[in-house]
Order: sequence, then structure tokens, then C-alpha cells
Amino acid sequence: MKLTLKIWRQENAAAQGAMRTYELDGVSSDMSFLEMLDLLNEQLVTGGEEPVAFDSDCREGICGMCSLMINGEAHGPEVTTTCQLHMRSFSDGDTITIEPWRAEPFPVIKDLVVDRSAFDRIIQSGGFISANTGSAPEANSVPAPRDKAMRAFNVATCIGCGACVAACPNGSASLFLGAKITHLGELPQGQPERWTRVVDMVGQHDHEGFGGCTNIGECASACPKEIPLDVISQLNKDLRTALKNGH
Amino acid sequence: MASTTRPPLVKGSRAARSTIALKLLMAASGLLFIAFVLGHMYGNLKAFAGEETFNEYAHHLRVLGEPLLPYSGFLWIMRVGLLVALVVHVGSAVALARRAAKARPVKYAVKKNNGSSFSSRTMRWGGVTILIFIVWHLLNFTIVKINPSNGDTGGENPYRLLVDTFDTPWMTVIYLLAMAALALHLHHGTFSSLQTLGFTNSATSRARARAAGWVVAIVVAGGFSLVPLSVLVGIIEK
Amino acid sequence: MAAGTHYLPGLTETNTPSVQTSDDAAGYYELGDKLVDPHAPTGPIAERWTTRKFENRLVNPANRRKLDIIIVGTGLAGGAAAATLGEAGYNVKSFCYQDSPRRAHSIAAQGGINAAKNYKEDGDSTYRLFYDTVKGGDYRSRESNVYRLAEVSANIIDQCVAQGVPFAREYGGLLDNRSFGGVQVSRTFYARGQTGQQLLIGAYQAMERQVAAGTVEQFTRHEMLDLIVIDGKARGIVARDMVTGAIETHLADVVVLASGGYGNVFYLSTNAMGSNVMAAWRAHRKGAYMANPCYTQIHPTCIPISGAHQSKLTLMSESLRNDGRIWVPKKAEDCEKDPRDIPEEDRDYYLERIYPSFGNLVPRDIASRAAKYMCDEGRGVGPAIEEPQPDGTTKMVRRGVYLDFADAIKRLGKDGVEEKYDNLLDMYERITGENPYEVPMRIYPAVHYVMGGLWVDYELRSNIDGLFVTGEANFSDHGANRLGASALMQGLADGYFVLPNTIREYLADGPFEKIDDTHPEVKATLDAVNERVATLMSINGTRSVESIHKELGSIMWEYCGMERTEEGLKLAIEKIKQLRKEFWTNVRVLGSPESLNQDLEKANRVADFIELGELMCIDALNRRESCGGHFRAESQTEDGEALRHDDEFAYVAAWEWGGDSNDGGKPILHKEDLIYTAIELKQRSYK
Ligand SMILES: Cc1cc2nc3c(=O)[nH]c(=O)nc-3n(C[C@H](O)[C@H](O)[C@H](O)COP(=O)(O)OP(=O)(O)OC[C@H]3O[C@@H](n4cnc5c(N)ncnc54)[C@H](O)[C@@H]3O)c2cc1C
Ligand code: HEM
Ligand code: HEM
Ligand code: SF4
Ligand code: F3S
Ligand code: FES
Repeated sequence: MKLTLKIWRQENAAAQGAMRTYELDGVSSDMSFLEMLDLLNEQLVTGGEEPVAFDSDCREGICGMCSLMINGEAHGPEVTTTCQLHMRSFSDGDTITIEPWRAEPFPVIKDLVVDRSAFDRIIQSGGFISANTGSAPEANSVPAPRDKAMRAFNVATCIGCGACVAACPNGSASLFLGAKITHLGELPQGQPERWTRVVDMVGQHDHEGFGGCTNIGECASACPKEIPLDVISQLNKDLRTALKNGH
Repeated sequence: MASTTRPPLVKGSRAARSTIALKLLMAASGLLFIAFVLGHMYGNLKAFAGEETFNEYAHHLRVLGEPLLPYSGFLWIMRVGLLVALVVHVGSAVALARRAAKARPVKYAVKKNNGSSFSSRTMRWGGVTILIFIVWHLLNFTIVKINPSNGDTGGENPYRLLVDTFDTPWMTVIYLLAMAALALHLHHGTFSSLQTLGFTNSATSRARARAAGWVVAIVVAGGFSLVPLSVLVGIIEK
Repeated sequence: MAAGTHYLPGLTETNTPSVQTSDDAAGYYELGDKLVDPHAPTGPIAERWTTRKFENRLVNPANRRKLDIIIVGTGLAGGAAAATLGEAGYNVKSFCYQDSPRRAHSIAAQGGINAAKNYKEDGDSTYRLFYDTVKGGDYRSRESNVYRLAEVSANIIDQCVAQGVPFAREYGGLLDNRSFGGVQVSRTFYARGQTGQQLLIGAYQAMERQVAAGTVEQFTRHEMLDLIVIDGKARGIVARDMVTGAIETHLADVVVLASGGYGNVFYLSTNAMGSNVMAAWRAHRKGAYMANPCYTQIHPTCIPISGAHQSKLTLMSESLRNDGRIWVPKKAEDCEKDPRDIPEEDRDYYLERIYPSFGNLVPRDIASRAAKYMCDEGRGVGPAIEEPQPDGTTKMVRRGVYLDFADAIKRLGKDGVEEKYDNLLDMYERITGENPYEVPMRIYPAVHYVMGGLWVDYELRSNIDGLFVTGEANFSDHGANRLGASALMQGLADGYFVLPNTIREYLADGPFEKIDDTHPEVKATLDAVNERVATLMSINGTRSVESIHKELGSIMWEYCGMERTEEGLKLAIEKIKQLRKEFWTNVRVLGSPESLNQDLEKANRVADFIELGELMCIDALNRRESCGGHFRAESQTEDGEALRHDDEFAYVAAWEWGGDSNDGGKPILHKEDLIYTAIELKQRSYK
């Protein structure tokens, strides 16, 4: 198939960017979206133009490295990551607009590549259970109720891609935050630090410049791992409890 | 360490200073508003029972709590409460809106909405609409008692003012539009406040909260709209 | 060695050192001295690690702050080590090329992690896990290392659970296990199909906690381009800040490489796009030995290539072979047909036919090779793809075989199949656009893991002082073949438990003499890197880096893939030499080196892959035996099964860099004898 691509090009963080239009022929419907971009890049290199920079690593939907706002949808029209999106979701003659994640805490580094280190700092601020190596008790000495363990697992699947932020009209990272709070808060091991964790993580989230959540719900529908909105409710509840406990 | 300079780790975060705390304030004030509009709507429906009952109800509100409270004491407590809530609600809304604007300084060329309701995306405009409406509404019914049809403020007879007002079709239209805005605001607001308070931790509770949004929106906006519509078609008259 | 004289003091060996009589790679290499692990432990196997931990010196907590450790890699091996060494109070600098440590490729592991917990009371034990791993590695691993791995496996689970890794649990709230990879006991811990992700997030969070505590400094989007060696000691690295393009030096008392595997030398593999050999290869060029580079693991159940555009391959869990039946059409002309229209009598269930007792469950390498043969014969299915031939022409070949669930659906019902394999079948449909409940799935083998890597001793030290290597980047524990669910175990064992206990013995002599950027050797290394980057930017030829990488991949896959022959390998070596020239004279890297430049990153990596590819072929050529993942067509039984030659090859091939082969340099082979005391060597058999 033949496509028209409108792609955000930006030299570096400081430069002004702009949308550029490219025509691309010979796209197969079996290609993944990123392979389609690989093809474009091969064409650009041949023509002596610098290839479009975009992030990807595992290309199997698990590392969270890929991003891209595709026709106004984070990770494109399917519930999956951009690397697992295939060109059969598009048709011959389509025009596809490709933009980077847009959020103040995710500054553009180049073209479609953004800096998501804010997520690392949110984790640094408290997204862990303090358990020094070697200090762990026998694994089965603390049973974890299966339903809670299941819920913890379901939300621990967050890949830290940032689609939730990209999709949220408020630029909020509440879904990401809620997923981690819920994951650790559901497990017996996560209890001792539960209230300080939520306060510190929310504090860092705000400090990074993410927006507040007004429960709009775009995040959950953009999330490739289908993290449900109830993690945000859990986050709010945990913060409220922390408030009550004087944190 | 990324090469772009990004903010360092914050120390000593306080729950009370977080965006979520702002949200909790909004939710609490929002729920207070819901309680108020539900009560207010119920009062308005007394218009169907006729002039006397309605005016009696208005009077009753003023002598409620007497002699513990002075005349209009309850009303003033409510007014102060509402005013404080309004300041808090609007103040938080403004703070959150500004944060949101800063969090997305560059807009998308194309942006689709898949997972959100129209109501959730129009909360801010809806809120402003309601605010303007309230100003007008108070001028209309309590502070100045503007009567657009014949200038008669009705004195101690709010029923008259009400009927006169809605006998004027453009006034009815303004009110109905405001009720539409209110319906939208409540549709999302009800769900949102429950979500903010942390009562929607599962798919079922979330579905229930969404349903509650519909119920509150329809009951309140529908209930309020009955009176102006009835006046317009002549079911309620002087 | 005369009978009765013991090679290991105080221990009885079950084998004698082998003597190589064949010399297929004559002329391609130089023979160096024999290699002996200078830190090999002795004593009863079950006590070796305990004794060693006790004997290794401690570093006073006050001194730890003064010791700088560089760790390249944030996968299970690197992330776990950074967290643990940070907790201990050392100054750690951690590097990864991704934008966050959480994205290291360990995240992609699906199946699970082994541990000898014996929770199921099904007869598991440290010894059994040890035995299975040595046997699985086809007796090409070091027994002391493997025993230690089995020993610490139980601690790993405790540690991960304490960190909040949400392993699968039973109704009672206790941990669940499953059996994996053809082992008879249930010792695999798992978190649905995302075990690697959950383990890595655990390590990542522990590491981020240390970043907050100030003991670990994190350098993301930083790629190591060279190792700094001063007076024989590894003292730092040269890294490129991939955002600004700045080439920086980072100095330390010790350097740890945990940079993962190099499967991407094949271009197509299940590895991440960025997985590379640069860190290890640069260390190799600085003197570190590369051990058994030809040992690669090829996984039989991957989603086949759909066209020339393919950028990577996706693994599908092996468990599918439990219920799916593998077949190809009997007649080549049927290959284009809709498989549902091919009648039963025209289908060839070749695994069931050739291996009646194992059927579709034959080991990974056998299943993989059989699929290749079917496709070579022209009976493959799926889209035909252009393949380069030895004579320089190209040919259209279908690379795929059917994995059919029709019978399973009849037997278990659609719901039954869905319940067991749902997410896998969904993933398949997403990628291929075909519904596996209706049309048989297509699968094909793909490169998945490399057992080879930098040579390390028992303490995980390379032969360069102060350079430690952990995880998939080292060669140590899996011999010629890795069992399912044991790479995760090794990464975490190395990172949490082994390295922290062995590195202190080395650091007890530190802090070493202070070095700064003005040191001539530091400057020289930096200059060399700058020059290399400048060269890459200035060639300005006509070929994209990608196209050269693809070409290398097809050479490697064709001649150094599932089946290797003397003739093919020699041809491959020549082709790779040519390709290297082509690369350095005709590659085209656009853009500026002073900003994010993904082409430049790739060019750096591909340059090293080309050199590695050549060494892999030489190693494969030398090893005229079939063992584990390495199948030499010249060494098979009459029934086409792998034939090992313990008398000749029971050794680790550790290769020393001998200079650029285009300038006449030849790698130098050092052999480390594999001597067993706790296990007796046996030939693998499927009879
Ligand atoms: C698809 C798939 C499924 C698997 N499933 C299983 C399984 O079920 N069970 C199992 O036991 N094993 C499995 N494995 C194998 C296992 O996942 C890996 O062997 C293991 O995770 C490797 O861990 P590591 O820490 O050594 O390296 P990795 O996790 O690969 O980490 C490498 C790190 O090094 C960094 N790095 C590399 N080069 C440089 C450089 N030049 N400069 C700076 N940083 C660099 C990277 O950024 C990264 O952080 C699977 C592998 C794959 C590919
Ligand atoms: C007087 C009638 C009003 C009622 C009954 C009402 C009710 C609510 C409720 C219940 C919420 C949800 C709180 C939450 O999310 O936790 C809400 C949110 C909001 N309200 Fe109001 N509100 C009223 C007036 C206003 C006014 C006058 C404004 C604006 C200027 C406003 C602006 C907003 C905004 C922006 C939100 C944010 C969305 C959100 O938090 O979900 N509201 N309102
Ligand atoms: C059709 C709809 C409505 C009608 C007919 C109506 C009618 C009235 C009347 C008659 C009064 C005067 C009562 C009195 O002085 O005793 C009044 C007061 C008031 N109304 Fe409404 N109202 C409507 C909707 C609303 C809505 C939607 C809101 C808020 C969002 C609102 C807020 C108020 C307030 C704050 C007062 C003043 C109460 C006080 O302090 O005395 N009204 N309304
Ligand atoms: S919550 Fe979902 S969208 Fe957000 S970072 Fe995690 S996986 Fe991505
Ligand atoms: S879209 Fe944004 S407003 Fe909240 S519910 Fe999701 S973070
Ligand atoms: S590249 Fe890893 S999730 Fe897309």
C-alpha cells in the first residue's frame, strides 16, 4: 500500500520542530508499524536525508520503550503497543499523522523521541519495597491471599510506556502512579511503607509537572496493558488514608 | 542521568499539598453542591402544590431551627457553607486547570478521544457556565429579584416571581440551557467525586458510580426543568 | 594424564582431559596456552560456595564509600548487582542504553525461573537442579559454577518475594510452581507469561531505591564504547551520552559487564533491537577472552518471518507443543494451498513420524533442525521469502511449518484451548492477522539465547584484573545449551548473591591508585573512540547500516545457524571478511554525532557484530562435534542425532583477540579442561 505520513521532525530538545510530509510506497500489511518506519528510514537514508528518530527496543510489547501518537491515539488504533501494531490496521492511501508524546515532563529529545526519566524519579521517590538483599525471609512464610496477589499482578504489568500521560488531556500520570501503588499496596510485603510511599510518589509526580487527574479516563483506554481506572481510585484512597494518618 | 536537566527528587512531600488533596476538596465541595441542588430541586417541586405551599416552604426555610437559630439563621449557615464550598471548588478547579495547561504546553495536531465521556471533557466549561448562571440566578431570585416580565419582585411571594419569570420564554430557555450544563457537570461530577474519594476500586463499583452519575444528572436537571416547563405550558400558573 | 593421578587435588575425577585430534580450523587461529581457572574451588561440591564466601575477604563499611564500581547493564544481572552493591554502601555507577533501566531485555522473558525449593515435594533438590543443568548443557559447563547456581536459586525466590514480585499463587496463598522445559519436577516459579518483566521490575525498583539513597548513580541512554585498562587493570569505560553525543570517560576501581547476549549478530532474533555485543567485544579487544562464542540456542516455536521487512522475531512459549501437532504438506505443490484444504493423508506429521516416542515434544534443537530440513526440502509453508544462496544468487523459500490445534480443539474444546493458551494465541493473531483457532499456526525456529560470552572464573572475574562479567554476557553456567527458565536464575544469582560476595575479595585490595582524565591511557582510549566515531561519520558510502547488518545476519543464519558444516563455515568466514571491508568503505551514517543519532549507534554495534561473527564461525569450525546448541553436520549418529566427542572437546574454548584478521591477525585459542567430579559424562539419547 501507499501512505502519506505526516511526521514531527525536531532536531534536538532546544530546536523548533515542525510536521513534515512524506510519501511511502511498498508498505505491506504484515509489517509492524515500526517496520513501516524502518522502511521510510531506509528510503530517507538512500535519499541522503537523516532518518526519523523513534524509540523501540523489544518490539514485542513488553519493554515500554516504543511510543508515538498515531492519528491522535497513543500507540495507535489498537489496544497494544506501537511495536505490536500492524499495518493491516490501515488502508492504502491513508494519511497518518505521527507525533511524539506531548507533556511538559516528557520533553522531546529528537523527532519522536522523548525523555521519560520522570517515571524513574517517581519510582525512586518510593516505588519499591525496602528489602535488602539477603535479608528476605523464606518466601512461603508470608502467604499472600490469591485474589490480592492476582490484582497486584494484573496491575504490575504496567510497562512504563507513558501512553497514559500522552492520552490524558491533563497530562497526568495518575494511571502509572496508581498501578504501582496498587501493585505494592495489595501485597503483605508492601504494607509497612504504604502511606509514606503514596505521599512521596504523588509529591514527586506533582513536582515533575504532571497534571492532576480529573477522572477523564482517556488513560485507561490508551493503556496497552489495560490497566483499569480503579488503580486511580485506589491511589486516591491510599492518599486520603495517608492524609488521615497525618503524612 | 538524562542529559536534559530535569527536576531532582523532592524531599518531605506532604499529602495535604498534593494535587490529590485539591481533588479531595473538589469532591467534598462537589458532593455538598449535589446535596444542595437535590434539596433545592425538591423544594422547587412544591410549586406544583400551589402558591401557598410553595411560599410556606420558602418561609419555613427561614424559620428553620428557630428559636435556636435567629430568623434566616439556617439559610445563612447554608449560604456561608455554599460560599466557602464554591470558593474551594472553583479555586481548586482553577489550580488544576492551570496545572493541566502547563503539563501540556504543546498541543497535538490530531487528538482523538476514545475512553472519555463528553461530560468529563467539558467539566471546566460546564463549571464556568454554571457559575455565570448562579450569578444571574441569584440576581433573579434572591439578591435583586429581577422580574423581567413586569418588574414586580413579588415581595414576600417568591411563587409569583417564579411564575412571572418562566412565563418569559427566553428566561425559560436560559434556565433550560443551564440545566443541560448542570446535567453534564453532574453526570461526570458524581462519578468523579466517588472515584476521587476512592470508592470505586473495582469494575463493579465503578459501574455503579457511573450509573449514579446518570441518575443524579437526570433527577436533578430533570426535576429542576419540570417547573419552568410547566409554567411555560401553563400547568403552573398564578 | 596417567590413571590415578588427580587433576584436582583431593578429588576423584570422572573424566580425563580431552585431546583434540581434529583441526578443522587450522590456519584460522593460533593455539595458546591452556587455561586454568585461578579461583577454582576445591573440596566437596556442596561446600565449595559456603567455604568461598567465608574465605573471601570483607571490605570495611567505611571503605566501601571510597570504592567506585561501574556496572554496564541493568538487566537482571546488572540491576540486581547495582541494588545489592549500593545497599552495601559502595559507589555504583550504572549504565544502560535504554531510556530507563527497567527496559533491559530481561523484561521479555516469558516462561519462568527455576529454583530448587522442592515446594511440591516431588523429589527436587539442589543436586537434582545441578544435575539437570549440567546434563542440559550437554556436559560443557563447569560443575562448581552450576552447583553454586542451584544452591543460591532458593534465596532468589525469597528475595524476589520480599521485593513484591507477584508470582503466581495457589488458593492457599502459597507460591505455585510448574514444570518447564521437559524437566520431571515442578520447580519453575512464574508470573503468568511475564516472569522476566516482574523479576526485572523487582530488581529495578531495588536499584532505584539506591539511586534515591545516593549510592547508585544512573546513566540511562549511555552506551559503553570502550573499556579503559591501565596497568592490566580495568579502570573505567568510555561511554557515549546518546542524547548529546558527548563521549565521556567514567573511571572506577572495578568494572562489571552485565550487558546481555549477542543473538542479534544474526540480525533476526528474539533479542531486543538494541541488544549488542559492543561492551563485551570492546573488552575482548582489550584482552578479555571470549569463550565458546559459537554456542547459540535456537528456539523452535517462534513466529515465522513474514517478509524482507522483518526487523525481529517473536518467541511463542514452548508449551504450545504440548497440544499442537506439527506438520508440513507431503507434496511441495500443496504448500500454497489453504492448509484446511489439505487432506489428512497429504500431511506429514514429521516429528511424530521420525521420533515416534517423543513426537512433537523432542528437545528444542531437534525440533528446530527438523523444521529447517522440511523447509530446505521445499515443503515449508507461509510466504516465500528471498534468500541469498552460497553462489550469490537468491532463491524464494518458505520458512514455516504448521502447528495445528485442530485436534486439540476437538479434544479439549475451543474453550479448553483458550483457557490454556489464550494470551499466546492472541499475540499470534495480532502479529500475523490469522486466527489460530481456525487456521493452523505457522512457526519457525529463531535465535534466542547465547551460551557463549566473556570467559570468567569461578569468581566471575574475566582474565583482565578488575573486570567482572555477569548474566548472559558471561559464558559460565549453561555449557552448550541452556535449560528453560534458568537464564533468569543465573542473572539474579550472579547479581544478588555471587558477584557481591566475590567482588569484595578483589576490592579488599582497593581503593586503587587514583586515576583521572589526564592519564595517558585514559586519553588514548578516548581518542581511539573519537576517531572511530569520526571514521564512521566520514565514510559516507552508499549502504545503510541496516542493510549490512541484514547481510551479516543472513550469512550467520545460513552457515552458523542450526546446522554448521566445515565447508559452510569456511565460506562464511570469507564472506564476513568481505562484508567487513564493505562496511568500512561503503557504509553511510547520516546526521550529526553531536546529538541523538540512532544510525551511528547502530553502526558502532554492527561493526562489532561483524568481528564477532567471524570469531563465532572460527569457534564453530574448530569444534568438530555436536553438542547442545551447536550442531556440526559432520558429527551425527546414523539417525541424524547430535554426537558429542568428549575425548576431543570437553573443554571451554576461550579466545584471545589476536588482531584484525584483515591485517593478518588470528585469534588465539586457550583451552580450559572441563573436569567433572560430581557427575559422570553421558551421551544424550532419545531412544
Ligand atoms: C524472548 C525471550 C524469552 C526468554 N525467556 C526466558 C525464560 O522464560 N526463562 C529464562 O530463564 N530465560 C529466558 N530468556 C533468557 C533471559 O531472559 C536472558 O538471558 C537474561 O534475561 C539476560 O539478562 P542479563 O541481565 O544478562 O542481560 P539483559 O537483560 O539483556 O540486559 C542487558 C543490559 O545491558 C545494557 N547494555 C548492553 N550493551 C550496552 C552497552 N554497550 N552500553 C551500555 N549498556 C549496555 C542494556 O541496556 C541492558 O540494560 C528469554 C530471552 C528472550 C529473548
Ligand atoms: C454549584 C454547582 C456545582 C456542582 C453541583 C458541582 C459539582 C461538582 C462535582 C461533584 C465535581 C466532582 C469532584 C471530583 O472530581 O472529585 C465537580 C468537579 C468539577 N467542578 Fe463542579 N460543581 C459545581 C459548580 C462548579 C463551578 C461553578 C465550577 C467552576 C468554575 C465547577 C468546576 C468544576 C470542575 C473544573 C471540576 C473538575 C472535574 C473533576 O474534578 O472531576 N463546578 N463539580
Ligand atoms: C429551574 C431551576 C431553578 C429554579 C426554578 C430555582 C428557583 C429558585 C428560587 C425561587 C429561589 C429563591 C428561594 C428563596 O429565596 O426562598 C432560588 C434560590 C437559589 N437557587 Fe435556585 N432555582 C433553580 C435552579 C438552581 C440551580 C441549578 C442552582 C445551583 C446550581 C440554584 C441555586 C440557588 C441558590 C444558591 C439560591 C439562593 C439560596 C439562598 O441563599 O437564599 N438554583 N432558586
Ligand atoms: S499505566 Fe499503561 S499506559 Fe501508563 S505507563 Fe503503564 S502501561 Fe503505559
Ligand atoms: S485521562 Fe487523565 S484525568 Fe485522570 S482518569 Fe486518566 S489521568
Ligand atoms: S518496543 Fe518494547 S514495548 Fe514496544
